[in-house]
Amino acid sequence: MAKVKHEAAWYPLEPGETVLDGLLRQGVNVSHSCRAGACQSCMMRAVEGVVPPAAQVGLKDTLRVRNYFLACACRLPDGQALEVAGVGELRVPARIASLTPLSRDVLSVRLETEGALDYRAGQYVTLLRAEGLARSYSLASLPRERTLELHVRLIPGGAMSGWLATEAKPGDRVELQGPAGDCFYVPGQPEAPLLLAGTGTGLAPLYGIARDALEAGHTGPLHLFHGAREPGGLYLVDALRELAARHPNLHYRPCVLGGGGGEVEEGALEDLVRACLPKRPTGWRAFLCGNAEGVLSLRKKLFLAGFSLKDIHADAFLPSTPRVEPVSGAA
Amino acid sequence: MSSVYEQIGGEPAMAAAVELFYRKVLGDDRISHFFEDVDMERQAAKQKAFLTLVTGGPATYSGKDMRAGHKHLVQRGLNDMHFDAVAGHLKETLEELGVPAELVGKVMAVAEGARADVLNR
Repeated sequence: MAKVKHEAAWYPLEPGETVLDGLLRQGVNVSHSCRAGACQSCMMRAVEGVVPPAAQVGLKDTLRVRNYFLACACRLPDGQALEVAGVGELRVPARIASLTPLSRDVLSVRLETEGALDYRAGQYVTLLRAEGLARSYSLASLPRERTLELHVRLIPGGAMSGWLATEAKPGDRVELQGPAGDCFYVPGQPEAPLLLAGTGTGLAPLYGIARDALEAGHTGPLHLFHGAREPGGLYLVDALRELAARHPNLHYRPCVLGGGGGEVEEGALEDLVRACLPKRPTGWRAFLCGNAEGVLSLRKKLFLAGFSLKDIHADAFLPSTPRVEPVSGAA
Repeated sequence: MSSVYEQIGGEPAMAAAVELFYRKVLGDDRISHFFEDVDMERQAAKQKAFLTLVTGGPATYSGKDMRAGHKHLVQRGLNDMHFDAVAGHLKETLEELGVPAELVGKVMAVAEGARADVLNR
């Protein structure tokens, strides 16, 4: 039997059980969200014991050497013991600066941090509430801006989005952890064509990446595709049209599956994207964000169309997946 | 005598070959399902290890690994037809990169030698 020590108590793990599942099962409150090793909400630090390499996949080297690991990806060999601690030292306190609806179901959340949070436009952070509720969101803002901006999709019954939409108010205190992710613009080859494609709030990182590239003096064309089911799912339309008017190399292409018209194209995002590619997309770079299935499918299509894997930056959004727990009483 | 791996340009040549090769197998409906992977980088790394092996480069992979690594695919129906399709893409990849016919022949002979291990026979 493997076991984990957390705040002076030992917790046994079932065979094959992750540290996250084992602690949650025994009533320890550990922040978590995607449970797939991506959002990094459940990061912990090993104080004593050996961390399996699989639990450190995707972590920055600077975190790895200090024994940080992801509890949802940490399975201990039988008989092993691990002493863990939280990662409060990695969290930055922040206050909600503003809450502004961008569309029927997307909320712009601006946050002011106490202390620096060093990030690249397009990366993501984990937003934490005092009692530990954690969700990851991409950053739509630029590092030079005074506040961080997140685009939060309102999910029916969503714990964090519901709170932000109905109860949270400017001044409320939260914490941030991160940033993480490698979907961001790297200066160099300013003439390279850039393809930015996303659905839903996948626009958040793309909005940051596009502005970051333009401010860095990118001269090549930027093809920014934002897809939604219907026109009501598009947002920041005016801001992006205005940005495109100021930057002739920015081609903003909003598209919907149905109900399009005017300057909103109708069709599947994948088809519109492929139609804009040359026969040999040599030197193109792509940034794909949003719904995981769409991102993975488009990445494969771009690779088959001739993109080099190293030139495709993909950020597939994963839903938060809570443990199935018995419901006690009526909600 | 130096290996085919060295003669065609070593690691940089493999890096160029792997995307060409991976694109061919992933674009072939007969075999693409064996190569689907959420982590495309990991899958590409596997293809690179395979190309390095069949060209006689620094071995990171043994016949035993080859056997164990394909066992679950054989259970999913991997057979000679699929092996031939992959071998065909390997040949085309090398030819497109301008590898001389004689060296292509050597590589294909090595690949053929892996057939029994790949198909777990």
